[in-house]
Amino acid sequence: MDIAHLLTANGLLVAFAVVGAIMWLSNSISRRLTFGRVHGSAIAITLGLVLAFAGGLATGGEKGLADVPMLTGIGLMGGAMLRDFAIVATAFEVDVTQAKKAGLIGMVAIGLGTLLPFVVGVLLAVGFGYSDAVSLTTIGAGAITYIVGPVTGAALGASSSVIALSIATGVLKAVLVMIGTPLVANSIGLNSPRAAMVFGGLMGTVSGVSGGLAATDRRLVPYGALTATFHTGVGCLLVPSVFYFLVRALAGH
Amino acid sequence: MAISGVALLAICTLLGALLGDGLGAALGAKANVGGVGIAMLLLIAARLWLSRHGRLSEGAKLGVQFWGALYIPIVVAMAAQQNVVAAVRGGPVVILAGIGTVAVCFIAVALLGRFGGRGETMDEIEARQAAGPRR
Repeated sequence: MDIAHLLTANGLLVAFAVVGAIMWLSNSISRRLTFGRVHGSAIAITLGLVLAFAGGLATGGEKGLADVPMLTGIGLMGGAMLRDFAIVATAFEVDVTQAKKAGLIGMVAIGLGTLLPFVVGVLLAVGFGYSDAVSLTTIGAGAITYIVGPVTGAALGASSSVIALSIATGVLKAVLVMIGTPLVANSIGLNSPRAAMVFGGLMGTVSGVSGGLAATDRRLVPYGALTATFHTGVGCLLVPSVFYFLVRALAGH
Repeated sequence: MAISGVALLAICTLLGALLGDGLGAALGAKANVGGVGIAMLLLIAARLWLSRHGRLSEGAKLGVQFWGALYIPIVVAMAAQQNVVAAVRGGPVVILAGIGTVAVCFIAVALLGRFGGRGETMDEIEARQAAGPRR
């Protein structure tokens, strides 16, 4: 039995070992090189993204490191099923009174978090010469999350290149939120459950929010995730309908 | 029994996904609306009910908390399978839209966070809970 076969047959175990090694390396970098100033999980998530970039270049695939044959288990470990399972598990630590206090402002944040990125995306698309309502709406939707983008594009019948652009925008947003959140956390006051719920509603992208908050303060993750998970649904609901009609009315066609 | 906690977590996650799909379909959204959020609310409700009735065993807690503790490694695995190449290669409209959106939303978090008073910070909550009797 050769090693490659063994590793492929035990994909999930290989993923546990590889991610464990990344975590261990990141924590020691955090301790020794930054003296704990940069959170170990922030380094680990950034390393994960760098490896995803390298994997994407090496294989030409769309799933980063998970496209390397011996590392397909990364895809299972970090896929939607286990991600959602682990996020739900963090709710076990949610302080109910804190979550209730931030309920209303969380909803306001979800509304703004849908509208603001959409407006930014549509305006930039106009600036880059797009003029038809379907393309504008699809690119704006991508700025909300990389799921709202293709769902909207498919519903409106946008071209595949525009859908690809909207997905890329959403993915970049998720990546930037993961990296940027620990850097700006102090200056935007991201230190309370209430702020985390506002943050989750505004940023929306579940992967960005969960990664960014994990890299900032693990205790905030469940609060951010609680609002963020409603964000994509609200986007998929409003954008191909209400927002599209508004853009069509403004764009003229 | 640790499995009772894992099973509880799985049931909440599955029910949440089911209800989220149902809500999405009812609203015509073609997507899951708040499935994970609903699952989180179900788990919180289950925890409150079980502890009120003295049925929350250490094993069950262990089963849930184990998965909560694996959360960050799972996020790292998630980061390692993003299509970073496409995000980087998307061209200027993608890069500007990505940066612009994130910047605007960060500012909005700062503004909205201040609106209506500032929340108790995580450190303050833990200090208060450590000082007084828990709930």
